[in-house]
Amino acid sequence: MATVTIDGYTIEVEDGTTILEAARKIGGEIVPPTMCYYSKLKGSGGKCRTCLVKVAQTSAQNTRPMPKLVASCSTPVQDGMVVQNITSPEVLETRKAIVEFLLINHPLDCPVCDQAGECDLQDLSFKHGVDTSRFDEGKREFDIIDIGPYVKLHMNRCILCYRCVFTANQITNGRIHGVLYRGDASEISTFIKNSIDNDFSGNVIDVCPVGALTDKTFRFKSRVWFLKPMDAHRDCPTCSGKAVVWMHGDDIYRVTARKDQYHEVEDFICNTCRFEKKSTSDWVIEGPRKIMRTSIISVNHYDKEKQGSVINPVAKKIQKPAEK
Amino acid sequence: MSLTNRTKVVSQKRMSFLERLYLPAIFVGMGITLKHTFMKKATIRYPEVKRPFSDIYRGRHVLKRDEQGRERCTACGLCALACPAEAITMISAERKPGEEHLYREEKYAIVYEINMLRCIYCGLCESACPKEAIFLTQKIVDSEYHREGFIYGKDKLLEPVDKDKRIDVSKRQTPEVLNFKKLPNEKHNI
Repeated sequence: MATVTIDGYTIEVEDGTTILEAARKIGGEIVPPTMCYYSKLKGSGGKCRTCLVKVAQTSAQNTRPMPKLVASCSTPVQDGMVVQNITSPEVLETRKAIVEFLLINHPLDCPVCDQAGECDLQDLSFKHGVDTSRFDEGKREFDIIDIGPYVKLHMNRCILCYRCVFTANQITNGRIHGVLYRGDASEISTFIKNSIDNDFSGNVIDVCPVGALTDKTFRFKSRVWFLKPMDAHRDCPTCSGKAVVWMHGDDIYRVTARKDQYHEVEDFICNTCRFEKKSTSDWVIEGPRKIMRTSIISVNHYDKEKQGSVINPVAKKIQKPAEK
Repeated sequence: MSLTNRTKVVSQKRMSFLERLYLPAIFVGMGITLKHTFMKKATIRYPEVKRPFSDIYRGRHVLKRDEQGRERCTACGLCALACPAEAITMISAERKPGEEHLYREEKYAIVYEINMLRCIYCGLCESACPKEAIFLTQKIVDSEYHREGFIYGKDKLLEPVDKDKRIDVSKRQTPEVLNFKKLPNEKHNI
């Protein structure tokens, strides 16, 4: 076991836990934002650099700070480690720069994009970015590609997080798309525009943090904030059948997997559930999904947020910083 | 016993002979009427005469086109989200190849409706619009006999393609917007 202090909160975690996972155990404001790391996918992380933190003390034996900011998603904790995230101005300044880098090639076509309203990059740049751009040069431009009958790829919007590649590797059998070329020329593509026809290929839409991979059956149908997300399930032979249906009146506009507070999918769902079951009779509706009050999806729904509805299982083990 | 201490005793004084005639009071009243006949009128003869409106008067909406006559609106839904009266509805569609001269972006509003009876002319749609597509104008919504006529679709909202008939909204644009349009790297406003 290792004792680690993040922004003054001390917690004991198992050896080998990453700083990010330790921070998520504490929860709240101090959790670093992530764009590429996905706890459900092995090997993900380390690419986007948004989760950079400062290690002020490497371990109990080695009290020197780490020379550079480290990616919290791939750095394991050591006993006695002291980490600074939002308490370090250096980290916040760097994060601002990272957002600027991520937006260099991002087209900012949010008014057109179907992901707007539930986009991780939108949230990140809203919270950490600046509202002007210093980038004068032309952005990368690609044609829109159809990946299979259900998925559309807007390579312009991609931030190369590799999450979809890991999903295709680990969730589906037989990946067809991948990253071609190198460096700033790299792009997600299918080999000679092959189509994905695997049962679970639709999950790449859910793991995509931006609007690069979008649902063709929902393309331009509505905006996410006009729809009501409802928890629903159905008896599915291939997947768990637990999903969120996005409704407008009695119509189901789209089906997605259930996501947790870090926007990570809880149960991957199959393509039949996602793309083909769009009738209310296919689903058993459980009730409206809890949406964070800060989300644009909850605008005009006037739901009162219940305080303390999420109970942190390790809350008692966290030592809080002394009140100033 | 009174519930409050604000009671007043009404005087029931008997009127004098002149007061009971009512004639002096009538003449005083007629005098006031006559005086107002020669005073400056408070009303104007609408619609022959119209009052000047403020440059940023918030009247009925217009959906703008860009320089090349393409529709600016991309059906992002932010106006409908900002609308406190929920007067705006839209259905979006995808631009097909060959329609590039009609619509600016790959998505456009195939149906765009504003219910003018619901609208409170607050102008929040104008502020919310990221594409400078919707503006309020100095025009007034015409009267109608039926409620259906007040639901304005794209046929009534969209400005004409003809460049002479375009509606000038330059006075409504804030200095921030005009400065923003000068930035070379913000190409969405060209």
